[in-house]
Amino acid sequence: MKLELGKIKIKDVQFGDVTKVEGNVLYVNAKEIETLVLEDERLISAKVELAKPGESVRIAPVKDVIEPRVKVSGNGGIFPGVISKVQEVGNGRTHALVGANVITCGKIVGFQEGIIDMSGPAAKYCPFCSTYNVCIVIEPAEGLDTHDYEAAGRLAGLKAAARIGEAGRNITPDEVMSYETKPLQEQIKQYPNLPKVGYIHMLQSQGLLHDTYYYGVDAKVMLPTVMYPTEMMDGAIVSGNCVAPCDKVTTFHHLNNPVVEELYKRHGKDLNFVGVILTNENVFLADKERSSDMVAKLAEYMGLDGVLITEEGYGNPDTDLMMNCKKVSQKGIKVVLITDEFPGRDGKSQSLADAVDEADALVSCGNGNVIINFPPMDRVIGTLDYVETMIGGYEGSLKPDGSIEAELQIIIASTIANGYNCLAARGY
Amino acid sequence: MEKKRVVHYINNFFAGIGGEEKADIPPESRPGRIGPGMALAEVLGDKYEVVGTVICGDSYFGENIEVAQEKLLSMIGDFKPDAFVAGPAFNAGRYGVACGTIARAVEQKFSIPVITGMYEENPGVDMFKKDLYIIRTGNSAADMRVAMPKIGALLKRMMEGEEILSPEAEGYIPRGIRVNYFADQNGAARGVEMLVKKMAGEAYVTEYPMPVFDRVDPQPAVKNIKKARIAVVTSGGIVPQGNPDRIESSSATKYGIYSIEGMDMMSPNDFMTIHGGYDRAFVTENPNLVVPLDALRQLEREGEIGELVNYFVTTTGTGTSIGNAKGFGEQFSKKLVEDKVDAVILTST
Amino acid sequence: MVKEIERAGIPVVHMCTVVPISLTIGANRIVPAVGIPYPLGNPLLGEEGSFKIRMKLVKKALKALETEVDGQTVFE
Repeated sequence: MKLELGKIKIKDVQFGDVTKVEGNVLYVNAKEIETLVLEDERLISAKVELAKPGESVRIAPVKDVIEPRVKVSGNGGIFPGVISKVQEVGNGRTHALVGANVITCGKIVGFQEGIIDMSGPAAKYCPFCSTYNVCIVIEPAEGLDTHDYEAAGRLAGLKAAARIGEAGRNITPDEVMSYETKPLQEQIKQYPNLPKVGYIHMLQSQGLLHDTYYYGVDAKVMLPTVMYPTEMMDGAIVSGNCVAPCDKVTTFHHLNNPVVEELYKRHGKDLNFVGVILTNENVFLADKERSSDMVAKLAEYMGLDGVLITEEGYGNPDTDLMMNCKKVSQKGIKVVLITDEFPGRDGKSQSLADAVDEADALVSCGNGNVIINFPPMDRVIGTLDYVETMIGGYEGSLKPDGSIEAELQIIIASTIANGYNCLAARGY
Repeated sequence: MEKKRVVHYINNFFAGIGGEEKADIPPESRPGRIGPGMALAEVLGDKYEVVGTVICGDSYFGENIEVAQEKLLSMIGDFKPDAFVAGPAFNAGRYGVACGTIARAVEQKFSIPVITGMYEENPGVDMFKKDLYIIRTGNSAADMRVAMPKIGALLKRMMEGEEILSPEAEGYIPRGIRVNYFADQNGAARGVEMLVKKMAGEAYVTEYPMPVFDRVDPQPAVKNIKKARIAVVTSGGIVPQGNPDRIESSSATKYGIYSIEGMDMMSPNDFMTIHGGYDRAFVTENPNLVVPLDALRQLEREGEIGELVNYFVTTTGTGTSIGNAKGFGEQFSKKLVEDKVDAVILTST
Repeated sequence: MVKEIERAGIPVVHMCTVVPISLTIGANRIVPAVGIPYPLGNPLLGEEGSFKIRMKLVKKALKALETEVDGQTVFE
């Protein structure tokens, strides 16, 4: 399977009469997007606001972040099984508006939505402070069930991103990347002397605000499966969850998976990247045992020499991470884990809820419990009403002047456990 | 500019008062520097002054910890210190424990930079490394001229409010504290690099060695459950409606104790869940799924258990550090013991 | 928390879904629960069925408290 990804670099975003890309500037027709979002009668209001790097802007509570993309050629469409019809993707050509994002925000569903600051000391922890963001502030119909509200919010963002992505269809990209993974047998033959490497991608699947969808299937009812890495780049996986804000693998991160990117960089040089094993993080112990058994079986079946495993969330998913690590290691396959740490505000406690001896190679994505201070911002997109009940917030977090003192984990994707950021923790 | 005031703690031996036979001397205070304080003053230079030295025998300290600590703190306070140095204690066990104890007490009382030094096998290291900067020293006083410059250098950085660097850079014993930094490469790139090395059988360094969890011996079984007083504790985040104590949804810093007196079950009108780690819909409808009050009341009526204490203890488990959880446990267990609880049912989600 | 209760001299049973975490942190008497969103019961079986499961689990926990153990024990 081979995908050409055309990157159209967006260097500004402005409102316009027509949604289009011209001279690396994204113009957004706000009315068009609002009308599109309000087609869903579960939502009673939608307002588009723009947020640019360096502005004194705070966005909260953020639900998802999505890079606009469009399928130019090849099978299927963006976000198959959710926005486009269910059809295999990952082949052909796709255009991405790199540097632009759709951000959904608005009244909180649970405790798991977070904050993005476009400037100031908190900005450096979040990848979206440096992108041109089209924020959609939504409001649910009165009495709407939380599950329905979550679904409506999720679809609003994906629909808007797909619509905005269309603007890139006929634009000549600034850069075209080519990614290819062949069927297993052929892929192994292509580089017979290099170690065969896979990526075990753990999807959050714990229920309300904790779900992820693969071709529209909720990951919690899915058995572990094998996929081509390029499927992700067309939106085969979308986020329906917020976990703790810091840990959220947003839809942006599924489209731009850093482990996939790195493995392709070294593909054919130090390793042979043969595929991705997709698995879940369920709430029943039997599911955890079954899924990790199957992950190990698939890894063995594919003849892997080494794997990277990434996790989404913390607490009980640490057990899934450790089970995967142990069982895959026992098949004689070398394992490296990527995760983040929660050793308490003083950094003195154990960073993980579970541990196994086999986890002897681990990459840290930082300590999410560290307390940081956010100065007030001139403009708030969404609302700060929920800061103190968000994960990472606490009584007294929101000060009268609009400044915030909270744990780092309140910032979206700040310690994301898939290795997207440079933030790390070390022992002092 | 006024010089910053440093107070130094040493034992009888380093004060030149005598050896083991003098280890029972009580605390005393002297102006200026003594013994290793000379080397300390030299290292600190002109902007800092070792204004006083407090001395105590190791045996006396060990046998009269509270009295010794109180006296020493008062003597140290009289010097109006800006910073405090204890030892270094090298491999002297009792001295190490004394240095750690007094340094931590000074930090807590005066909120000033404190530092000590020890050999890595000194028992004081394990007791205090999480709380204090302990400069790694050799195992005898012969190492003084190497150790003291490191102590002085780090103390100065602490007094000037400079960023304290890694254990390797500063020479202190790793404290086991996880501190954030920005690496040169992102986590995925570092992970792939680590995997390539691991597959090739080359050396690599994990960024987080697996943590060790301590163990406790099980208590003997309850002799007669039909007479036992039972308490329920939960990490499932069940709280009274409105969450009056504002317990966090994740990474909790507090716990609550709430009455269940006169209740036959956990009513959804009275209780809610704030746990941020699971879909709360089911428990919102029926909190007995986490605090099984309905079942326990029935067993109480049937005489299957002695009685249920009239409250439950609760916090949120997800993301809550072991340090916090341990602190909660220590605190509320005192109450459970006072209330003569015979057995505890702890529920987690 | 479970260890501090035990350390204070009170026998304790840990009813939890994710038994591996309980084993890792060091609980001694462990009773596996149903699932994370509903540890004690199963609302999908209706109120009565759910209560039956809860009662069974609580009885199992009491049994565990009455049982001498010399190390970590999972009461399946």
